[in-house]
Amino acid sequence: MDHPRRYAKSHEWARLEDDGTVTIGISAYAVEALTDLVFMQLPEVGATVTAGESFGEIESVKAVSDLYAPLSGEVVAANADLPGNLETLGSDPYGAGWVIRIRPDDPAQLESLLDQAAYDALTGSGSH
Amino acid sequence: MNNTLLQTPLFDWHQAHGGRMVDFAGWSMPVQYESIVSEHVATRQAAGLFDVSHMGRLMIAGPDSTAWLEGLLTRRVDNLPVGRARYTLVAGIDLEAAEGEVASSDPVILDDALITRLADAKDATPRYLLVVNASNRSRVLRWLEHRLPETGVTLTDCSSATAMIAVQGPVVFGTTAEAVASGPLAAILPAEVLAAVASLPVYAGLETTIAGAPATVSRTGYTGEDGVELVVEASVATTVWEQLLDAGAAAGVRACGLGSRDTLRLEAGMPLYGHELVETSNPFAIGLGLAVNLDGRSFPGAAAFAAERDALSQQRVGLQFESRRAARQGDQVNVPAGAACGMVTSGSFAPTIGCGVALAFVDAAVAVPGTQLEVVVRNTPLPVRVVPLPFYRRSRGAD
Repeated sequence: MDHPRRYAKSHEWARLEDDGTVTIGISAYAVEALTDLVFMQLPEVGATVTAGESFGEIESVKAVSDLYAPLSGEVVAANADLPGNLETLGSDPYGAGWVIRIRPDDPAQLESLLDQAAYDALTGSGSH
Repeated sequence: MNNTLLQTPLFDWHQAHGGRMVDFAGWSMPVQYESIVSEHVATRQAAGLFDVSHMGRLMIAGPDSTAWLEGLLTRRVDNLPVGRARYTLVAGIDLEAAEGEVASSDPVILDDALITRLADAKDATPRYLLVVNASNRSRVLRWLEHRLPETGVTLTDCSSATAMIAVQGPVVFGTTAEAVASGPLAAILPAEVLAAVASLPVYAGLETTIAGAPATVSRTGYTGEDGVELVVEASVATTVWEQLLDAGAAAGVRACGLGSRDTLRLEAGMPLYGHELVETSNPFAIGLGLAVNLDGRSFPGAAAFAAERDALSQQRVGLQFESRRAARQGDQVNVPAGAACGMVTSGSFAPTIGCGVALAFVDAAVAVPGTQLEVVVRNTPLPVRVVPLPFYRRSRGAD
C-alpha cells in the first residue's frame, strides 16, 4: 500500500516505500509554477544528500531552481528517464515523474515535513 | 499584486485571460499566459500579439525640433524622411543619479530608442515619435526636459494616453496580397490602408485611424519576424486587441507575454538595454556601430564614442550550447580549460534552435565563428561554439 506523501516548504515531496527507502519528487504545484522546463540535473547513485540542502537543479526558460532534499540519506536510485522527458514531471508528478530514491539516515525526519492538508494550506490549493 | 505597479490599458484583459503578472520596470506585465515556449512557437509559426504599452512614447514637435533632436541623438535626424524610423542611442546625463552635478558629469548611454518622423503638422513644422524603454523612460524624459529650449520645441509624454501593441509573425503579411487581406490586420484597417501598410518598407510607418481614433502603424518589431507595432489611443486598446485576436485565432495568432518576447529577440540577436547595452558600453564593440553616426556631428558623448571606435578589445558574439541548458547574464566565458575571455550578457533556451544560446562579449581573438569556448554555468564549465548572429533569421517568402 502507498504511504502518504509528505512535503517540504520548498515544494519537494517525499514518500516512504515498503522497503524503507524514500522516494522524492517535485509537487504538481511547483511544476505548474515553473513551466517551460528545459533541463534537470540529478545526483549520482551513491551520493549523499542532506536535508534542506540542494541535491540537484531544474531549469526553466526563465530561471534555474535548486531542488532541496526533504531529508538526509544516500541516493539509491535516480530517475534517468526524467531529464530527457521533463514533461513527465507535469503529467505524472507523483508516479513516473519521481526524481530520486534515497535510503534515509533517519526516517523520523519525514514526520517534520508537511502533511497533505498543511501543504494544501501553504499553496492555497485543493488536493491533487 | 503590488498596487503601486503601473498598469497598461490592457491590464484587465491580461488578468482575465490567465496572464501571469510580474513587476517589469515598475509595470505589472504578463510574462506569459500559457507558456513561454508555446507563445514563442506561435509567433514564429503564425503571429503573436504583445502588449508593449509599458514602453515610453514621447512626442516631439515644433519648428526647431529637427535641429534639437539632431544635437541629442546618436543617429542623424536632419535627413530622416517623413514616415521613416531609425534605431538610435540616447546619450546624456542621468540627472537622477547626478544630483545636480551636471557640469562635471560625463554623458552616458541613457537608452536605446526608435525615432520616427511623423507627418508634418498643419503649420508644416516637424513631428517626431520617440519610443524608449520602460526602465529608462523617466531619466530620458528628465534629460530631454533639461535640454528643452524655451520655445521652438514641445515635448509631450503620451505614454499613458496611448497603448502600444506589437503584432509579429509570418501570417501578419503572408506572401501574397490575398494573405494580407485575410490576416489579422484586416480586422482593424480598411483595405486601402492595409495595402499601404503592407507596402511599407521595414523601419517605416504611417498615421491612420484605428477604432475611430488616431493611430500610428510601424513596420518594426523586436522578434525577428515581420509585423507591425501599433500605437493606439488607450480607450480603444482592448477593442483593437480583441479584434486582432479574434481575426487571427483561426490562423493561430496568440496573445504572448514578455517572456517569449525576450526569447524571440534573443534568437534574433537583438540587444536589450541592461544586458547587451549599458550606460558605459562601447557601441562599436557590441555590434551597435550602425546606431552611432559620428560624421561631422556633435551630440552628447560624441567625443567619447569617437575614441572608442578604434579601441575594440572585445566583440559581441553568439554562443550555442550542445544541450538545452542555458547560461545567464554574468556567467563567465573561458577558453577551453583555460583563462577567462568574456562574459555572457543574455542567455536562454532557444525554442526555435532547440538548444541553449547566449549573447556574450569576448576577446576579439576568440570572436570567430566556429571557435570552441566554455561557459561556466552554476560552477560547471559547459562547451559552447561561437556562431554567427542572428541565431534565427526568418525566411523571406516569395519575394
